[in-house]
Amino acid sequence: MNDTRNNQRKHVIVLSVLAVGMLGFAYALVPLYDVFCELTGINGKTSGRAVDPTTVSEVLLKPSDREVTIQFLAQVGNGMPWEFRPTEHRLKVRLGEINTTNYYARNRAAQAVTGQAVPSVTPGYAAKHLHKVECFCFTQQRLEAGEDLYMPVKFYIDDDLPAELHTLSLSYTLFKVQVPKGIPETLSSVQEASSGGTLASNQK
Amino acid sequence: MVARAEDVIPQRSALWAFITRWLLTTNHKDIGTLYLWLSFTLFFTAGAMAMAMRLELFEPGLQFIEPLFYNQMLTMHGLLMVFGVVMPGFVGLANWQIPLMIGAPDMALPRLNNFSFWILPFAFGLLISSLFMDGGAPNFGWTFYAPLSTTYGPPSTDFFILGVHMMGISSVLGAINIIVTIFNLRTPSMKLMDMPLFVWTWLITAFLLIMVMPVLAGAVTMMLTDRHFGTSFFSAAGGGDPLMFQHIFWFFGHPEVYILILPGFGIASQIIPTFARKKLFGYHSMVYATAAIAGLSFVVWGHHMFATGMPLATELFFMYATMLIAVPTGVKVFNWVATMWRGSMTFETPMLFAIGFVILFTIGGFSGLMLALVPADFQYHDTMFVVAHFHYVLYPGAIFGTMAAVYYWIPKWTGHMYDERLGKIHFWMAVIAVNLTFFPMHFTGLAGMPRRIVDYSLQFADFNMVSSIGAGILGLSQVLFLYIVVKTIRGGEKATTQVWEGADGLEWTVPSPAPRHTFETPPEFPPVMNRDADERTPVSTT
Ligand code: HEM
Ligand SMILES: [Cu+2]
Repeated sequence: MNDTRNNQRKHVIVLSVLAVGMLGFAYALVPLYDVFCELTGINGKTSGRAVDPTTVSEVLLKPSDREVTIQFLAQVGNGMPWEFRPTEHRLKVRLGEINTTNYYARNRAAQAVTGQAVPSVTPGYAAKHLHKVECFCFTQQRLEAGEDLYMPVKFYIDDDLPAELHTLSLSYTLFKVQVPKGIPETLSSVQEASSGGTLASNQK
Repeated sequence: MVARAEDVIPQRSALWAFITRWLLTTNHKDIGTLYLWLSFTLFFTAGAMAMAMRLELFEPGLQFIEPLFYNQMLTMHGLLMVFGVVMPGFVGLANWQIPLMIGAPDMALPRLNNFSFWILPFAFGLLISSLFMDGGAPNFGWTFYAPLSTTYGPPSTDFFILGVHMMGISSVLGAINIIVTIFNLRTPSMKLMDMPLFVWTWLITAFLLIMVMPVLAGAVTMMLTDRHFGTSFFSAAGGGDPLMFQHIFWFFGHPEVYILILPGFGIASQIIPTFARKKLFGYHSMVYATAAIAGLSFVVWGHHMFATGMPLATELFFMYATMLIAVPTGVKVFNWVATMWRGSMTFETPMLFAIGFVILFTIGGFSGLMLALVPADFQYHDTMFVVAHFHYVLYPGAIFGTMAAVYYWIPKWTGHMYDERLGKIHFWMAVIAVNLTFFPMHFTGLAGMPRRIVDYSLQFADFNMVSSIGAGILGLSQVLFLYIVVKTIRGGEKATTQVWEGADGLEWTVPSPAPRHTFETPPEFPPVMNRDADERTPVSTT
């Protein structure tokens, strides 16, 4: 009888640990998901880090002859009062060559608004071949009422881009950096900083 | 012997005694009964919502129900059926039957058992009360995809989240209890590979529950913090990803659909041998097939997401993995049919429901295979075809399975035989109505009628009318079921100990009705099944 008791207790403990472990696993899925997407690039998320041009200079020495078309798209998220569009809709680029294009943004609202652009590449698996030397999506933008801005993206596409691809598109969705409802105004600056923090840590 | 709660609590009045009997009970049979009644009550609640929806869909156009309210009922119907009807129904059967089938005196953790049950009425009360709140009930479907449920969810979503947490806790505790009972309280002469299949399938289901209910809890917690505490798990604006919600949800969701069917497999595997008067064909392969299905269910979740723009390699992986599940499932169907082959079959109501289960579940499996084909799924996804698929696996699967079990074991529970004639009428009504209701959805789905919709274009009108008529009959047939159950509880022909001529197993060695306390000392296994058992043999009751 006592033996059964001990065994029972052991089983209860092991099973409870399993249950709690699975709750942890659910949360572990979040960073795992990001790592997996970053490694495979299948999600169309580009790297959140700028590539240092000095380390890519090697590539620059030998731009390949292969040319691909890159299309630029822009969307604004819900409740975002900005005008937002690419200045060029498509560009023919050579692999390994650094190119620059600009996006235009104008705050149509009567007060200052902070925005954050989130990039996405289609087809998804091309994302890891698109490298950004400079991008407005690495930081948040704040525009005063009526203010406008040209925002550069400096990028190159590497030589390993799968051969079947001739066209890819780079799309940005511009979101309003929002203060969740119910949080007092005084906390809003903290809030902005911390949501920026989430972003930075997610893109690491 | 240890004193039991019901022996020491002073009996104040009849009402007080009644309340404490059910509120404080730690008896596995009482708790099983409670679970079954809860499930039955919610079955009628969620069923009434289904009736309302089919009424609205009887004809094209908007007649009775506001579109927004339609969405709320649709959501509530799905949530209640999955979490409130099928799961508690199976847990109720487990509570009643597992100790009886393995020769245990009770569940291993009786007080925990009481707690697991009593969480549920509150969880579902909370969920249902959201229908009456400002802004209405959750309206985003039982799959509660972000951002519908995060950014756009009504305020009552927070009650939904709490409700999900509560039933998750209940399920996990219940599952732990079941596993501990099976491992520790089995009569010593019963080895694992001697266990009845209902016990095996429940053991595996309990492991699935422990592994995926916490993932569901994680998902709703992330929703909660996204909604109120400034995190951005599922919000692209903050660096999160709404698509990740679907991955997490379906990582829970696909094992969940097997939680909803494995105990049903176990029930069919108990009933078919009894009425075919043969041993179950391929016992070992049944156990391994169940384990294989459970294992594979963790790597197929992507088949719910084919249309989200996954890369080709991922689509192929999920497609092949999904089709692989059809193999162990096929083994099971083969074994059931082989058990019936050349058996001396009789067709009492439990057997009818079990055969209905096998045939109609297989149809659901076939439509599942069609959905598993990526290019085909691009067309079928989010249409009524998916609705047809999962109702074929769930209604004639999980629900018929539960009903078969009730007819099979109710003589043991109540000591009375149910009315066989009414049982047969119930079966034929239900089986015809199920097909009338859900078969046309295959056609409307293939022709492009979307799911989760309050109105539809004219070309779907005829099939929808047929579905609605079927649904009405189906609803009526379940009222008959309620009548049969109540009638059986209140009286009827006395049931013998063995009840069924071909029955085999420990549960058929205790008298009918099963006394409150059984197997105080571990019984011998395998039992000697005495076909002509004398009903008046004195049995020790405490
Ligand atoms: C041979 C076995 C099975 C296969 C191949 C299969 C395949 C699939 C596929 C591919 C889908 C997604 C369809 C879509 O959304 O486009 C699906 C949906 C579904 N399946 Fe199955 N399935 C099988 C068995 C089952 C079983 C046994 C159950 C439950 C008892 C089940 C319940 C469901 C449910 C509830 C959905 C719909 C989920 C939703 O979107 O609301 N399936 N199935
Ligand atoms: Cu699935």
